[in-house]
Amino acid sequence: MSTAANRVAPVIAGFDVGKVREEFPSLKQLVHGKPLVYLDNAATTQKPQLVIDAITHFYQEDCSNIHRGVHLLSERATKAYEDARLAVQKFINAADPAEVIFVRGTTEAINLVAHSYGRTHVQGGDEVLISAMEHHSNIVPWQILCEERGARLRVVPMNGRGELLLDEYEKLLTPRTKLVAVSHVSNALGTVNPVRQIIAAAHEHGIPVLVDGAQAVPHLQVDVQELDCDFYAFSGHKMLGPYGIGVLFGRADLLEAMPPFLTGGSMIEVVRMEGSTFLPPPQRFEPGVPAVAQAAGLAAAVDYLTALGMGNVAAHEESLTAHALDGLREIRGVRILGPDTTKDRGGAVSFEVEGVHPHDVGQVLDELGIAVRTGHHCAWPLHRALGVQASTRASFYVYNTHDEVAALADGIRYAQRFFGTG
Amino acid sequence: MQLESMYQDIILDHYRNPHHKGLRDPFDTEVHHVNPVCGDEVTLRVTLKDVGGEAVVEDVSYDTLGCSISQASASVMSDLVIGKPVGEAMTISQAFLELMQSKGEVRRVEPDEDVLEDAMAFAGVSKYPARIKCALLGWMAWKDATARAMEGTQ
Repeated sequence: MSTAANRVAPVIAGFDVGKVREEFPSLKQLVHGKPLVYLDNAATTQKPQLVIDAITHFYQEDCSNIHRGVHLLSERATKAYEDARLAVQKFINAADPAEVIFVRGTTEAINLVAHSYGRTHVQGGDEVLISAMEHHSNIVPWQILCEERGARLRVVPMNGRGELLLDEYEKLLTPRTKLVAVSHVSNALGTVNPVRQIIAAAHEHGIPVLVDGAQAVPHLQVDVQELDCDFYAFSGHKMLGPYGIGVLFGRADLLEAMPPFLTGGSMIEVVRMEGSTFLPPPQRFEPGVPAVAQAAGLAAAVDYLTALGMGNVAAHEESLTAHALDGLREIRGVRILGPDTTKDRGGAVSFEVEGVHPHDVGQVLDELGIAVRTGHHCAWPLHRALGVQASTRASFYVYNTHDEVAALADGIRYAQRFFGTG
Repeated sequence: MQLESMYQDIILDHYRNPHHKGLRDPFDTEVHHVNPVCGDEVTLRVTLKDVGGEAVVEDVSYDTLGCSISQASASVMSDLVIGKPVGEAMTISQAFLELMQSKGEVRRVEPDEDVLEDAMAFAGVSKYPARIKCALLGWMAWKDATARAMEGTQ
């Protein structure tokens, strides 16, 4: 056993990973006869019992459409939904609850901005600026918008360590630039981008910034007012909440001026056959019957993370990530992608194993009960930029332990022996 | 260990020492197929020849970027189809597709070992839904390239 594998878990005051694990029923299962080691948290997270209970409670007690009937169940459902909005508002420190729009997830949030804000502000000859490390969800909506408008998609390059080149970024900010869309934390490299600096530079040119926070909100204390971002998108299921709900934060003055994206019931003021008028935000952007049970589940997740303390969450993950970086570095033939220290780095660690394809690494790890992601992690252009076909990604969260990090390192060595490369 | 049921020795041998690998000239058609789930790629060329009025697979050459399953499968495929009449090679391709769709219940589809030869080793892969596309990548590319080559000859 290596020295890194034998690391003693540092103590974080007020944070007990053993207690945290007890809250997660899915972590108690065996996979192929081995205890589950779930290291695919950048894809989705497991759910604590209290989130599952909140969803069940809604269906058992409060199941009703919101903002409609005068009956008691509808009142309770409306309260659950609007309380969830308040919980999220507080969690990301938005100035006003109307700045919190519930959507299906990060993808829908970005599409909403591309369709609504994008179509009204991006014209032929204009430019939209993204970065080389974006997830497909923060590439494709802008590609389509640019194709439709005759605009140009520009890309901020990065260096071999997976850091954006800020000098190049500033050169790309011109009067043609109508929007900057950039990830807060890279889902493939773990890089924490200097978004505050990126936003400040764009604002000097009067350019609004959308931040893809899908990999940030679950892991760091995010304060949208401190960041001074214009739009901020994230998903519930990556932060212990349910599938099917996510959030678009938008600055009130921008949202006020934006036309609707998806339309229909719940978002209208008056409908006449000659034409309709729309409600103010957030209702303008929440057509149809919203995901109320999921909102209740998300609120429970927010409460749980708040109780753990986002500082503790970040400290625990940093300690696991440091362990993983050290442990993987010790393995001959393993190359880590992205930043090689925990400075400005989140808990997603992608790597290549020389001579063993990621699919095969993942298959062997699965046999050992270890769940990781393999492939291009929906960041295909990023992999191309790094000259990598595909990679294996381990990503950590509140319930992971140092023993699990050691199991990952052992599993990689086992895969190397299995394929005769170690 | 379940692993050995997927990674049969035959598969690992073909992975380590792939047959007919590398792109060769001349060729009739070339295709490029991608597995969008993982980004694995294959570029594959087919050369047909006319033998007494029947189209025969003269050569299959390929370059793959992918996992052991996709690389080994392309190697086994090239062994099985090179030198065969196109009609017979298509029958083998269909038998392999059925084997991959058997969900591990090989007895259900009763594959013909005389037809599939080394490709029988992939029976274990059919139990892993995420890996079936890996095993089929080279075969689908061959089928596509051959169909195009046949169109060219008609």
